[in-house]
Amino acid sequence: MIAKIFLFILWFLVWIFLSWPINTGDVIMAALVSLFVCYMINDLLFSNGETGRSKQTGLIDGIRRLAWFLYYVVVFVWECVKANFDVAYRVIHPDMPIRPGSIKVKTGLKSDIGLTFLASSITLTPGTTTIDIDKEKGIIYVHLIHLKNDYDPSSMRLAIVEKFEKILRRVFE
Amino acid sequence: MNEIIGTIFIVIGLIFDFLGCLGLIRLPDVYNRLLASAKCVTLGTCGILFGLFLFKGFTATGFKALLCLLFILLTAPVSAHALARSSYLSGVKPWQGTVADEYKDEKR
Repeated sequence: MIAKIFLFILWFLVWIFLSWPINTGDVIMAALVSLFVCYMINDLLFSNGETGRSKQTGLIDGIRRLAWFLYYVVVFVWECVKANFDVAYRVIHPDMPIRPGSIKVKTGLKSDIGLTFLASSITLTPGTTTIDIDKEKGIIYVHLIHLKNDYDPSSMRLAIVEKFEKILRRVFE
Repeated sequence: MNEIIGTIFIVIGLIFDFLGCLGLIRLPDVYNRLLASAKCVTLGTCGILFGLFLFKGFTATGFKALLCLLFILLTAPVSAHALARSSYLSGVKPWQGTVADEYKDEKR
């Protein structure tokens, strides 16, 4: 129930900000649309299932998660900028130094929202795109623009994935 | 002062958007093109919107720019992911220079 109310307020504020400056009609419309939307998608966003987040949700725990999330945002922006220079270099270079390939990477994350964040961060960072996730086996299929020469297929590891995973586990698990 | 920084952000954004489009033309197959466009165009468009926000400050337009930035950042990777997965499953072949294809090995 709290999740529903939180979502309603969130959608309501988004609608209000998008239609600023507002009048009475906009407020009524915002309330109706956000009621409908959060009635429709509540189960999608907060379906934790049996492998959901841990139950401890005290204030200090929340602050610690928030701090880790801010750290994640900083790391993410830095990696994102680096990724763009990397791809830009490969595109401009006359010979196009690419060695594309798709590989399997193991992940320890269990919750839906954690996996979503991990997959999206992989897509936006150095030369990698998520293709598919196998949630039961905990495997992410990643497409790389430049696979390193000494990559070992049996290790199922990628430095960038481990880096994000370590932070995201502290935020969402 | 804000307008100078905003202009710098908009120019950087335009350069990255251009490079993303160049990658879309130059790279050999669907997956690499997706990779270039998803990354460069996301950062480029975010740069332009952030520059607009610096121009306008905390006004109606500035807030809308920030909201659009957030939505692009959330939706662009998901759409790239969906496109890559559906191309693989509908049988689009990777480029012949591809060195490893473990996803395909798994699915066949």
